[in-house]
Amino acid sequence: MNRLKEFLIKVAILLILIMLLAIWVILPWTFAVGLLALVALWLGLTRMGRQTWAITQIGLSTLPQRIGISSVIVVGIAGVVGVLVAMLAMSEGFRQTLAPSGSDDNAIILRGGSRVEVNSVVTREQVALISSLPGIARDTGNQALISAEMSQIATFFKKSDGLEANAQIRGVAESSWTIRPHINLIAGRRFETGKRELVVGKGASDEFQGLELGNVVELSNQDWTVVGIFQSGNAHDSELWADATTLAAAYGRQAYQSVTVKLTGAEGLAQLKAALDDDPRLKLDAETTRNYFVKQSEGLTQLITALGTIIGAIMAFGAVFGALNTMYAAVAGRAREIGTLRALGFKGLPVVVAIMIETMVLAAAGGVLGAALAWVFFNGYSVSTLSENFSQIVFQFRVTPELLWTGMKWALGIGLIGGSFPAIRAARMHITEALRQA
Amino acid sequence: MKYVHLIWASLLRSKTRTFLTLFSVVTAFLLFGMLDSVRVAFDAGGAVAGANRMVVSSRLSITQSLPFSLLSQIETVDGVKRIGYASWFGGVLKDNRQFFPNFAIGPGYLDLYPEYEMSAEDRARFEGNQTGAIVGESLAQRFNLKVGDVIPLQATIFPQKGSNNWPMTLTGIFRIKDEKRKGEENQLMFHWKYFDEANDYIKNQVGWIIVELDANKDAVVVGKAIDKLSENSDRETRTQTEQAFNQAFAKQFADVGLIVTLIMGAVFFTLMLLTGSTMTQAVRERIPELAILKTIGFSDVTVMSLVLLESCLIVVLGAAIGVGVASAMMPGISANSGGIIQLPSVPAQTWAAAILLSLLIGIIVGLAPALRALRLNIVDALAGR
Repeated sequence: MNRLKEFLIKVAILLILIMLLAIWVILPWTFAVGLLALVALWLGLTRMGRQTWAITQIGLSTLPQRIGISSVIVVGIAGVVGVLVAMLAMSEGFRQTLAPSGSDDNAIILRGGSRVEVNSVVTREQVALISSLPGIARDTGNQALISAEMSQIATFFKKSDGLEANAQIRGVAESSWTIRPHINLIAGRRFETGKRELVVGKGASDEFQGLELGNVVELSNQDWTVVGIFQSGNAHDSELWADATTLAAAYGRQAYQSVTVKLTGAEGLAQLKAALDDDPRLKLDAETTRNYFVKQSEGLTQLITALGTIIGAIMAFGAVFGALNTMYAAVAGRAREIGTLRALGFKGLPVVVAIMIETMVLAAAGGVLGAALAWVFFNGYSVSTLSENFSQIVFQFRVTPELLWTGMKWALGIGLIGGSFPAIRAARMHITEALRQA
Repeated sequence: MKYVHLIWASLLRSKTRTFLTLFSVVTAFLLFGMLDSVRVAFDAGGAVAGANRMVVSSRLSITQSLPFSLLSQIETVDGVKRIGYASWFGGVLKDNRQFFPNFAIGPGYLDLYPEYEMSAEDRARFEGNQTGAIVGESLAQRFNLKVGDVIPLQATIFPQKGSNNWPMTLTGIFRIKDEKRKGEENQLMFHWKYFDEANDYIKNQVGWIIVELDANKDAVVVGKAIDKLSENSDRETRTQTEQAFNQAFAKQFADVGLIVTLIMGAVFFTLMLLTGSTMTQAVRERIPELAILKTIGFSDVTVMSLVLLESCLIVVLGAAIGVGVASAMMPGISANSGGIIQLPSVPAQTWAAAILLSLLIGIIVGLAPALRALRLNIVDALAGR
């Protein structure tokens, strides 16, 4: 009967903990700070709180003597948090590189049904028709601000490992610089129309061999000169830009792959879409470039986030068992001490809270260590992967403050579960038995 | 063997601790089993049965195609036994955006891939149907396709007569025996002739050419001879072994191996620390018992082995359970990965690695406590000094 009661109590504690964790996950950091302040007030102002603080101080002051076994909690949780934050930073970096590549002011026109440029075809006749459509902004000379573009893929060698990788070469019109104002030349100059000149994104220049200013590279058996380097802080950084007409001639292409246009305003996209639908010669789709790039980042971002969370969750399980083990051992080792306190008249709650605080301090230390490791080793770590356009996208791991907070949440959550069972066991110990312990 | 009950008894001495330790070992090896399977699957991109096949593709990039006229020239190159060719199609199923490889193949392509096993009737039915298609068994299961079904394939690159509809009849299903290459069952192939005649954009072009070498011919020499054919033309080729071709492609996704290694490193470091400290503590608690064992005549070495065996037992047991759970979970992961990862179960080499690794870890974490047990002085231990 007693065993059943014990078991039911443990199940009840577990259920309460799961509920607490669920609340904890959705809380913003401000609540956590508030909670911390409340606990501090309770510790300082109430009689029971002061008792708790006294016990906590004893526990914390003996930590250095139990350094080996306590470090199990710290290192275990640091491992979980480090892996989790690194994985999430990777997906965050990918998202932050692709998402700002587009804007709501521009629209990209692709062949109906195409998701990415590499699959799309827009003929020269269609480009001529597009330039007269409503919804497209015009420059001072009343020329439609459109850039008919072609995208080619060329093989280069990576600087890091000398392996082959695909780079995207975008043939653009002169107006492209006006349509994409966030593209800054950081060295050299723009390409000249009709010449075999390349302007290279900073990411591509850093990633691939031979793309320095002034270098000559071979594309489609012809020599092209790198005349400029640009920086945009987004997916365009991984591209090489050239004059569309010259590039089309070099690759023997008759058609373009996409048309990027500047919209007149909020109504522009709707007008443009309606006009495309009305003309049977234009079986094309338009969407804002922001939408286009966000859609491209979704798949990989979700995959890495899900993978990171699953791996983190499995590791967290392991870390919880480790924390439980450690704290049970700590409680067992201090049984006589706890028994003495109880005999002196300390109540159960201060003992429980003191052990919880001790675990949380260790968990927080682990969380800070793991997050710091992830930040030191991975923030800004540059990697590249194959995009949906079959070309390399260079991006960096981004360890953001939100991710660090997510890591801390996990750390404290593990501490909560790992500390509560041993804490409750400590409080329920029989005083006489505890005092008799070796 | 006669001490098994003794080891067992010491493991059950503190049930809570033993089970907690066991569970953390289980979770670590669950992760190991899954991650290592994924790594093996990625590496298998380069595993090809007969390495006597080479891939001829455009030197410029994989999206460039090659002229059809090149085929007859390659056939005459010394050392070429037979050739096949294919063109990338890149279609998707109607109302379903999930990716799977699909391409058009020329006659003779299937002869180059004897490992794609298909019944004679299926093969004959495919050959006799201009708009027929064949798929691998995994793909058939994923989209619930049966022979005779019409596959609503939609072009994303090549329309026919302005429409993206390319309906095809499923005429056959092929299987691959090699577990590591099950991922290749995830593709669809149809007739190149149909593709070439019906598509609106390109005519008389092929995406890549597969060359089978005569036995004893040097792949490098033949490859160079093939590339020489198109030298200085606007369609230069590059000829690689199939293995090199596949690996170069797989490597571009990201350095999966590196990330997996980093994660496993973090997991194992944590695991070693955890199990190590628990073992140390368990031995410390049992010092009087160990002393008694020595008193009644157990040798120093036997007592040491007992401790070492205990730590090995718990880690190996945990590893076996962990990898077992992983293999039970893998099919679910394959099903949810959208066909990117195809794993029927944890491969044998992962099992072997896990068992070896767990033995090693068991020895490493057990070593310090075991040495302590070895050096135990009976009098001091019994006196509690």
